[in-house]
Amino acid sequence: MTNTSSSQPSPLSNSLRSGPDDRGRFGIFGGRFVAETLMPLLFELDEAYRAAQADPAFREELDYYLKDYVGRPSPLWFARHLTEELGGAKVYFKREELNHTGSHKLNNVMGQILVARRMGKTRIVAETGAGQHGVATATVCALFGLKCTIYMGATDVERQKPNVFRMHLLGAEVKPVTAGAGTLKDAMNEAMRDWVANVADTYFLVGTVAGPHPYPEMVRDFQSVIGVEVKEQITQAEGRLPDVIVAAIGGGSNAMGIFHPFLDDASVRLIGVEAAGHGLDSGKTAASISRGRPGVLHGNRTYLLQDKHGQIEEAHSISAGLDYPGIGPEHSWLNDIGRAEYVGVTDDEALEAFQVCTRTEGIIPALECAHGLAHVMKIAPTMAKNQIIVLNVSGRGDKDIFTVAHHLGVKL
Amino acid sequence: MSRIQTRFAALKKEGRGALIPYLQACDPDYDTSLELLRAMPAAGADLIEIGVPFSDPSADGPTIQAAALRGLKAGATLGLVLQMVRAFRETDNETPIVLMGYLNPIDSYGPAEFCFDAAQAGVDGIIVVDMPTEEADLLDAHAREAGLDIISLVAPTTSNSRLFHVLRDATGFVYYVSITGITGTNSASAADLEKALPRIREATDLPVAIGFGISTPEQARTASRIGDAAVVASALIKTMAGTLEDGHATERTVPAVLLQLEALAAAVRA
Repeated sequence: MTNTSSSQPSPLSNSLRSGPDDRGRFGIFGGRFVAETLMPLLFELDEAYRAAQADPAFREELDYYLKDYVGRPSPLWFARHLTEELGGAKVYFKREELNHTGSHKLNNVMGQILVARRMGKTRIVAETGAGQHGVATATVCALFGLKCTIYMGATDVERQKPNVFRMHLLGAEVKPVTAGAGTLKDAMNEAMRDWVANVADTYFLVGTVAGPHPYPEMVRDFQSVIGVEVKEQITQAEGRLPDVIVAAIGGGSNAMGIFHPFLDDASVRLIGVEAAGHGLDSGKTAASISRGRPGVLHGNRTYLLQDKHGQIEEAHSISAGLDYPGIGPEHSWLNDIGRAEYVGVTDDEALEAFQVCTRTEGIIPALECAHGLAHVMKIAPTMAKNQIIVLNVSGRGDKDIFTVAHHLGVKL
Repeated sequence: MSRIQTRFAALKKEGRGALIPYLQACDPDYDTSLELLRAMPAAGADLIEIGVPFSDPSADGPTIQAAALRGLKAGATLGLVLQMVRAFRETDNETPIVLMGYLNPIDSYGPAEFCFDAAQAGVDGIIVVDMPTEEADLLDAHAREAGLDIISLVAPTTSNSRLFHVLRDATGFVYYVSITGITGTNSASAADLEKALPRIREATDLPVAIGFGISTPEQARTASRIGDAAVVASALIKTMAGTLEDGHATERTVPAVLLQLEALAAAVRA
């Protein structure tokens, strides 16, 4: 564990939860690496977000929508059959897939759309990988009557057709991006290009804990409702905190949301599961921390998959939501200070876990969280029966049945 | 005096603004882009901007995105770009060269090593699109030590008070991104520029180059008169791209770009 002063978010605080600093940094990670055109907008957003945080009416409004529209709190489910099958630690599921629109994404989107409305913005742009964030964004735009443009890699448009159709039904314009490999990275570039060209009326609704400051902090704050609820629910169910929390990581928003309230609880191991694709050493992976190194992309310094010349490499994962060559800067920092562990799970392991979850618990998980489950299946049997693991089931898998069928050789 | 200062001082005496053409390094291959670079001063380039190819040029429009991809496919690296500048300096020690690109390749090369090597190669200034003033401490000291200007970017969204903040320690010249948008798309009107320039001149005595959306000789002439220089990028690259066959240079490639450059230069000098 490297515990140098440069790794600390604030030298004045003993808490790991006080980051980022006023430059938007978590240790050396984060920051605001954007074109000058966007800098004034980031300051404006920062100001609007601080004002919203300080306003009890904002909190009240957000709580109202979270409860009656999103459907919070989400349950914490004891996965009895899975636990028995694995024969070790007790496994709980945080049921984020039960949220409206079927994933954790709406927690963040609901918060940001209220901020955007306070700022008087009338048009929303967003990037999406699996389409979960795009659907969540299109949903709130329908709810509040805002214009909505979603950028989605052309490859992802192809493998996530149900979500594309949902976005269309919700009134959003979906723009396929053919640059690069046509995945989340390219969608992010295109969304940033749209934003810079339409700064006057447009709000960029970032879907994960990455991008320039204050996005990583703001998205984390809105997702932290997950961990806050888990703390209360597990204490009620077991009278203590869990031993391990596991979450899948693309950009890392569901993981950051469940980790953050536990950062100062040293007894709780935090494990982020990256998509190893065909294997960590196959060259076809999305494991930014395991196989990347720090660099600057999309507004922040963080671990990136890149070649030795600093060109960003294409990520690979069976899961469109994890198919990104970077990761949120706070995760990079948590990795470097040793507070959280980051491991890889392959496409095949995730496919296997997807089926086990469906069979044992009657829950079809998104391929993203099937990666988390695959790691739970590795560690639960090695743990004692009185130990507790909480897995963030961040989304439901209906959108993935075509991909899974294809890989299992089934024609739908 | 640096090459940049010398050149702007000379142009001031001539009573005209500068023309700054842009080319993407190694687009479509190393030899062609070096040949073009070497021929640019005689065709009317007063300063030259060399784009450093990056995999994710998020401030660039389709034309420069495609150029960057061609450059990368042809094997462009930051090291190779510096080699190109060294080769150019063998025959031209006066025309200022400014590299324009994104931070990650520089970060990967090593900020201190890069500033030293770039200055050694004969680079005069660098424009790092995604490194605003607030993050510039990464390169500032190294660039200063090496005698390299970090060219500050300002935009229509930069407020008056922020202009003073951004330009406080600026050197070389100032690059005015004249539209809110990406390269090679919209253009600012003369009226927009007339309104913007006094704001900038309030905050700095440095020459102001105007870029983004300047494609015709008329626009270059207007920008070079209202400001101190006009940057033309996508329009030249579009011409080059039109001469390629299967992504490869043809005998028309370099002459076509130079012909257009001559027309731009004539307008700026008229």
